Parts: sequence; structure tokens; C-alpha cells
Amino acid sequence: MYGANVETAADRKAPAPVEDPALLAEFQARIDRGESIEPKDWMPARYRRQLVRMMSQHAHSEIVGMLPEGNWITRAPNLRRKMALIAKVQDEAGHGHYIYCGTETLGVSRDELVDDLLAGRAKYSQIFNYPTLTWADIGVIGWFVDGAAIVNQTVLAKASYGPYARAMIRICKEENFHKRQGFEICAVLSQGTDAQREMLQDAVNRWWWPSLMMFGPSDTDSPNSRDLLAWRIKRFTNDELRQRFVNLTVPQAQAIGVRLPDPDLRYDADTQNWVFGEIDWAEFWAVVNGNGPCNRERLAARNKAHADGAWVRQAATAYAAKRAGAPRDGGSTAAA
Amino acid sequence: MAPDATPDEPETGAGAPVAPRIVPVTTTLGPLRPTATSGQPADAFVEYCLRLADDRLVLGHRLSEWCGHAPILEEDIALANIALDLIGQAEAFFSVAAEAEGRGRTPDDFAYFRDDVAFRNAMLCELPNGDFGVTIARQFLWTALQVPFTKALSAASHAQLAGAAAKAHKEHVYHLRHAADWVLKLGDGTPESHARVQAALDGLWPYTDELFYADGVDAAVAALVGAPVVTALREDWARTVEAVLRQATLSVPVADWTPAGGRLGRHTEHLGHMLAEMQSLARAHPGAQW
Repeated sequence: MYGANVETAADRKAPAPVEDPALLAEFQARIDRGESIEPKDWMPARYRRQLVRMMSQHAHSEIVGMLPEGNWITRAPNLRRKMALIAKVQDEAGHGHYIYCGTETLGVSRDELVDDLLAGRAKYSQIFNYPTLTWADIGVIGWFVDGAAIVNQTVLAKASYGPYARAMIRICKEENFHKRQGFEICAVLSQGTDAQREMLQDAVNRWWWPSLMMFGPSDTDSPNSRDLLAWRIKRFTNDELRQRFVNLTVPQAQAIGVRLPDPDLRYDADTQNWVFGEIDWAEFWAVVNGNGPCNRERLAARNKAHADGAWVRQAATAYAAKRAGAPRDGGSTAAA
Repeated sequence: MAPDATPDEPETGAGAPVAPRIVPVTTTLGPLRPTATSGQPADAFVEYCLRLADDRLVLGHRLSEWCGHAPILEEDIALANIALDLIGQAEAFFSVAAEAEGRGRTPDDFAYFRDDVAFRNAMLCELPNGDFGVTIARQFLWTALQVPFTKALSAASHAQLAGAAAKAHKEHVYHLRHAADWVLKLGDGTPESHARVQAALDGLWPYTDELFYADGVDAAVAALVGAPVVTALREDWARTVEAVLRQATLSVPVADWTPAGGRLGRHTEHLGHMLAEMQSLARAHPGAQW
């Protein structure tokens, strides 16, 4: 699950390196022919940087995304739901792992990326800074959040960087499954008791707008969109993808009888789009910049897990070094 | 003035001028029968299956608590995977129990609508996760028995029970490899990891005795379908455990007490809290579908 990547002011300030025009032209020609770029191929520094930013934000999102959903593993209402949720969160961990590995093909180690996340320097999808308050949130996250991620990732599966595109193909298959199980939870709740239907509507009310924000700022506020599109890192604008998501989701909401919390939502027969109301971008930027309801808790949870696990990682490293016959690190334990 | 006729304790009659009439408890409650928690199960086969299932549900739940909080991403994946296997196994053994019981209860009824005193897991499984060393030590000690146990159980004459055991056995082989691998890394890693995992083993060791608890239930099911009696596997277990601990430069603890009771519903205080969380949503909406 993941939405669009967010470029911060710091990213934009990074100096643009001067590239050899001939190499740049050949690179652009390869992109235009629809070829995929592989790790050992020449690529502009800015292309590499954009990909690292995008892929690492994606990986971080998978990792942080384990927390809000993991919050309900221990309370899932029956064995089937419990197993499906564990499997889903495990998939997210797998996606994170897979994409971190993909990012390593661009010359950045997972340790560096994790350090950036833990220090609060890296971004991850703003959606995971909202709390999961009821079981219905688990359904709605699958339906909206994974649904939004699929809209994004289906097009990323045709992005120009080979390792990322291939990762997306596999990940999309799993996300489709996640979305189905989320929508199924919602469909069952919608047929349930009054309390269950209320729980569902409340979750929809809370997650709808943040889900639309997952696609990132409007194109008018996304200055790098043009280059990203030219290099086929992106293939559609944030607004186009957001519209596609809304068009897909409105009929699904109608099918299970939930209301989307937007009084301006209407169908436009000319454009064949569901036109939606104004997104609260102030909320979006507040969450992106660290002031969402759960930013601090999410980062604290990741830092705690990392700190608590330090001795375990050290042990694994020391053990591997001993097996490799390298000099012992930290003294022998044989006499202990 | 006459003494006050009101007794000091109206409910028992204590302090009244006339001795209270004693009503035998059986006339107020009806005849006493063994209950689900009295340690006299009506159906040994159902009881046997619940012991298998409850170990797995409770331990699987504990492992699932790690999800998102493990020391390394690979372990988030591995622990979730093992949790998933164990809960899947629990569901399979619950199904066998449900069918044998024939009272229309489902695996979810067993998991979500029994109180702690009705659970039949060994206490080792319900102990809190502690640090990663405790979790690994607990997993290792329990799984080292499950590998030979499920292998023996897969030869039982009850097809559904044997089938569930055979599937579980394949999974346990991997689980044991995972746990033993970490016992080696932690035991023979750094002085800190050695000390932590040794302390974990020392603390958990007394609870392993209960893994070998056997009573009339085991004897009855052994006679009925040729299921293994766990006491016969104790040496096998000890060999596996001691070999790994030795290789990991860890010492084999000595138990100075041997808590027991989980198989009869007498648990630690931890299980009630775990179930309170696990069952909260299901019980808040009785009769609801999810």
C-alpha cells in the first residue's frame, strides 16, 4: 500500500548536477522507445535521486504501515480475519523488504535508509499517521488505502526503472488481494447490526479524505511532475490518478450503501467523472510535516523496535563473523 | 429491652439469637456435575484436541504481537509467518474437536467464547513475549517437542486428526530450524546476547515440565486412535534441546520448581489479559457476523 511520493523543500534545494548532453539525449531516447533502465545502465544523477526518494518512501510506507493495521491483529473478531490480517501485514513487511532491496540496486544501503526514517529525515505516506480506532478501519484501509495504492502502482509497474517496475508487478498482485479482503470486511459490516453499520460509516468518514490525499499535491503544486513524466518515473499526474481512484470507488460505496463524506460529490456526464469537493491541503501538509495524529507515535514505535532489537542484530553479526573465521568481536562467550 | 432480633449478617444469619437453618448446597444448585473447568472432561478426545489447539492459538497470538516491532525486518516476516501457521493449526484441531463434540460449536466459539479457565494450553505458551531472547527460547523449547509429537500423531487412526498433525509436522520442522538458528546466534553471539538468552532459558525452563503432563485423557485417546502419549517423547526432546544449547555455548538449566495446571485450566494471570484483548471485539457484538 502506498500513495504518491512527496517532494520536500530540502529535496528541491539539492543542486542539479550537470550531465553530458549526449548521454542525456541517448537516455531520453531509450525511455521514449519504452526500454527499461537497469541498475548498471548510465542514468542521470537526478533520475537516480528521484528513484531513490520514491522507492525509499514506498518502502518506508510499507514498514510504518504495519503499525496501524498491526494494531488490530490481536483483536481481530474471528480466526479467519485474524489470519488474513496477519498475512496482510506480513505482506507489507515483504513489500518493504523487496523495495529496500530494489533501492540497493541504486547504490543506497538499507541501513542508510532505515537511519533516515528513524531520524525523521525520510518521508512515508501520510495516510499511516492516522489512527485505527475500530475494526471497520481495517476494512476501510484495505478498500481505500490499498485501492489507492493499486491505482498508483499499476501504472508504476510500467515505470522506466526495471527493478522497481518488476517489484510493482508482484506487489500489485498482493495489493489486489488486500483490497478484496478489505472491501469484503466492509461489505459484511454493511449487512450487519446497527452498531456494525455505524462503525463502517464512521470509518469511511474518517478515511475518505486522507485517502484522496495519498495521491499527493495537486499537479499545480508538484513542480517536478514534468520531468518525472518525461523519464517515465511517473506516467500520470497526481490529479489524474486521484480522479481514477474516485471514479472506481464511488460505485463501490454505492454498492454497499455507505455515504462518502463529500457534499459536493456529483457525476459529470460530459467528462464521465465523479467530481469531488476541495481537499484540505492544510491538513495534508500538516501531516506530511510531522503533525498528524500519530506521526510521533509511529516514529517512536519504529525507534523503540530498532533500539530494543540492537542487541539481537549485534549478536547475529558477531555470530556470522565467528562462523566466517573472522576475528572475534566483543570477546569470547565460551567461558561465560 | 429484648436483644435485637436482626442478625449481624442477614445473609448468613450470623449473630442472630436463633442458629440459622443450614440449607445443603445441592438443594439450591441441583446435583453437582463435573464442569468444563473441574478437570473431569466428559470427552477425552475433545479434550485432547483442545489441548493441541489451545497451545497453538495462544502461542500464535503471542507471536503475532511482535508484528511491526521485531528486531529486524526479516523477523517481522518470520514471526508473523509462524504465528499464521500456528493459528491455522489451531483452527484445524478446533475443527476436529468441534466435529467430535457434536454440539454445533465452531472453531471461533472455542477461540473467542471460552474463558481462561476453559483453556487447555500449557502455561509456557501464554507467558509474555519478554525480549526477543525470551520469545525465541519459548519457541525453541515448545517446538522441539512438537516436531516428534506431530510426527507420531500423524500416524493416528483418526484421519482428520492425523492429517492435521501431518501438515503441522511439516511446518514445525521449519519452525524448529528458525528457533534453533536463533538460539545459536544469541547464545554464541555477544556476551550480552548470551546472558539474555541464558536468563530467558532459566526463567522458562520450569514451565517445560508441564509439556510432559499426561493424564487419563492421553491414555484414553492413545487407546482410542493410537495418539502418542507425550511422556514417551521426553528423552527425544531433551536430546534435541541439549544438543542445540551445547552448541550455542549455553548451559542446560535445572528446574527448581515445576508449575503445572494449564492442561486443567489452571493458568498464570497472563492468559486472562491476553484473552481479554483477543476476545474483546467478538464479545462486544454477540451474534454478529464479521
